[in-house]
Amino acid sequence: MSEILEQIFQIGFFTAMLRVATPLLLATLGEMFSERAGVLNLGIEGIMLLGAMVGFAAGYFSGSLWLGIVAAAVTGIAFGGLMGLLTVSLGLSQHVSGLGITLLCSGLAFFGYRLIFGQPSQPPHVDAFESVPLPWFSDIPFIGPILFDHVTLVYIAFLLVPFAAFLLYRTPWGLNLRTVGENLQAAASAGVSVAWKRYQALMISGALFGIAGAYFSLAQFNAFTFGVISGRGWVCIALVVLGRWDPWRCAFAALLFGAVDALQLRLQSSGIIDLPFQVFLLLPFLVTVVAMAVLARNARAPASLLVPYRKEER
Amino acid sequence: MRIRLETRFITPAWLNFVLPVIAVFATLVLCGGLVVAAGADVFEAYTALFKGAFGNRFNFVETLVKAAPLVFTGLAVAVAFRARFWNIGAEGQLLAGAMAAAFIGAREGLPTWSLVPSMLVGGALAGGVWASIPALLKVRLKVDDVVATLMLNFVIFYAMMALLSGPWKDSLSGYPDSPDIRMVAEFPILLETTRLHLGVLLAALGAVVVWLVMTRTTFGFAIRAVGENTRAAAHGGIPVNRVVLFTAVLSGGLAGLAGVGEVAGLHFQVMATLSPGYGYTGIVIAMLARLNPLGVVPAAIFFAAIATGAESMSRATGVPVFLADVIQGASLICMLVALLFTQYRVRLKTVMRNA
Repeated sequence: MSEILEQIFQIGFFTAMLRVATPLLLATLGEMFSERAGVLNLGIEGIMLLGAMVGFAAGYFSGSLWLGIVAAAVTGIAFGGLMGLLTVSLGLSQHVSGLGITLLCSGLAFFGYRLIFGQPSQPPHVDAFESVPLPWFSDIPFIGPILFDHVTLVYIAFLLVPFAAFLLYRTPWGLNLRTVGENLQAAASAGVSVAWKRYQALMISGALFGIAGAYFSLAQFNAFTFGVISGRGWVCIALVVLGRWDPWRCAFAALLFGAVDALQLRLQSSGIIDLPFQVFLLLPFLVTVVAMAVLARNARAPASLLVPYRKEER
Repeated sequence: MRIRLETRFITPAWLNFVLPVIAVFATLVLCGGLVVAAGADVFEAYTALFKGAFGNRFNFVETLVKAAPLVFTGLAVAVAFRARFWNIGAEGQLLAGAMAAAFIGAREGLPTWSLVPSMLVGGALAGGVWASIPALLKVRLKVDDVVATLMLNFVIFYAMMALLSGPWKDSLSGYPDSPDIRMVAEFPILLETTRLHLGVLLAALGAVVVWLVMTRTTFGFAIRAVGENTRAAAHGGIPVNRVVLFTAVLSGGLAGLAGVGEVAGLHFQVMATLSPGYGYTGIVIAMLARLNPLGVVPAAIFFAAIATGAESMSRATGVPVFLADVIQGASLICMLVALLFTQYRVRLKTVMRNA
């Protein structure tokens, strides 16, 4: 036990925790926005995978990693828009539409990667993002290297939390979004375009999923592999529930999950516990189910979640 | 003339047959764009795909063999979705069934005659038990079924891999896979010199049995009632939670049988690549079949054909084999859009204008 604690109270652990939590945080915030507008976006896993592929390919050929991030975000927006077309304009089942988008995007990611790169013996890779230590701040003992010595995307992701909270709670845009999520009729009679709001939320979520995916292939690793997301998108659906559709709590949930993930990585490599490494891989998923079982009862989802909007029924 | 959409109150029966065909056709047209992008001729690629799936006896049997697990996962999803239990966990339940079958099939102590039946029962039970976890979490603790079933897919996959690289590893092979089941536990072959095994026949029978259960029994009625209108079902005296739970067990059991078939009929062991996403394909199949158990069979054969044919197409034309995955996702979306025609009909109307 003390050996496990020893693994936790190290600078490296906390640094890893933030690094691992970043893509989850991005995707969780994205999912939060779409669910706040009343749309469960199950396209998350597929859009992340496609974002990882497109981001990697764009970064690889242009030589600019940031262009890769932009490409991933644009891809995400496109498929967020498609999700909007299906669930908002056509009023189709959110569950099945989302799964369809995930299957389609996963297929496109595999197909596109094979088409672009073929089957080389040496998988292509890029020079991944390097960490940018913030001057002065990173020199603070203990806290400095944990908080202020990361790749730029980590800073952006965590700055996005107060920004998302501001947007959601302090602007008319956010108020309207929340109204759409809670009461479609009220929003519509207040003159809010429910459909357009949902489209906006879905495109924001798509962009964040795409960036989150590209973070895996351009920052966390330096290549695209077919299993690069392997369920992390689905985890974010649970993190939104655990974070109770609030940016701050979502960030907390993502950090907690990041901690579990970082711990399993450390335990895996440290060899303190003599178990097959897959035991550690299943840990985050098991923890998520247990956390949901303990906390889901108190969670109150946005009231119009899964409710299609039809104008004629006003 | 103007075109307008009118709400339908009755869905004509022929639409159930026509819509999937339209959806599939639209998908193949859309995916033709990807074939062109891959620098191949669309017609040539699809011909190669068709020949690869049905071109000769061997290919045709391979397609049927691949369809068997897809029929079971398709049935599993169709049953669950009918009750609005969003079981995305057929993948994991399949693995549960496969593990039970591989474990039972390798027991030396059991009498030979009992092996195949106990594998079937054990595998179905294992799948059912694994599916009962998210169902219990749903009815007792209000845990979202989508999230729970998805998470459990990963839990059981990694648990299986842990077992396969640890205590359950086949000492004779260098890979993380389980010891082979006994020869006598293997499914009999139905057609000599092919791989057509008992599981294919069981899948077809399974579809008929599930159809009978859904349309001719009170349990099937209860499942549909809960799915159509949970509140009305509860008012009508149907124990909703119990129905959801039993539906989940039935669904998981069917998915478990898919795993039994793969172990007893094809691979004779479990390993990492046992299921290339059969559970997820089951969702597409169930939707294409409009959740009708009998419709699951042709839908499963279609996707099995795409999967087997894609290999030949890839070899012949250089189009990446993953076109099969794109077709799956695209056809789910196309089918969903096509379903709009069950709710609305297109009317061409002459508009009278005031002179």
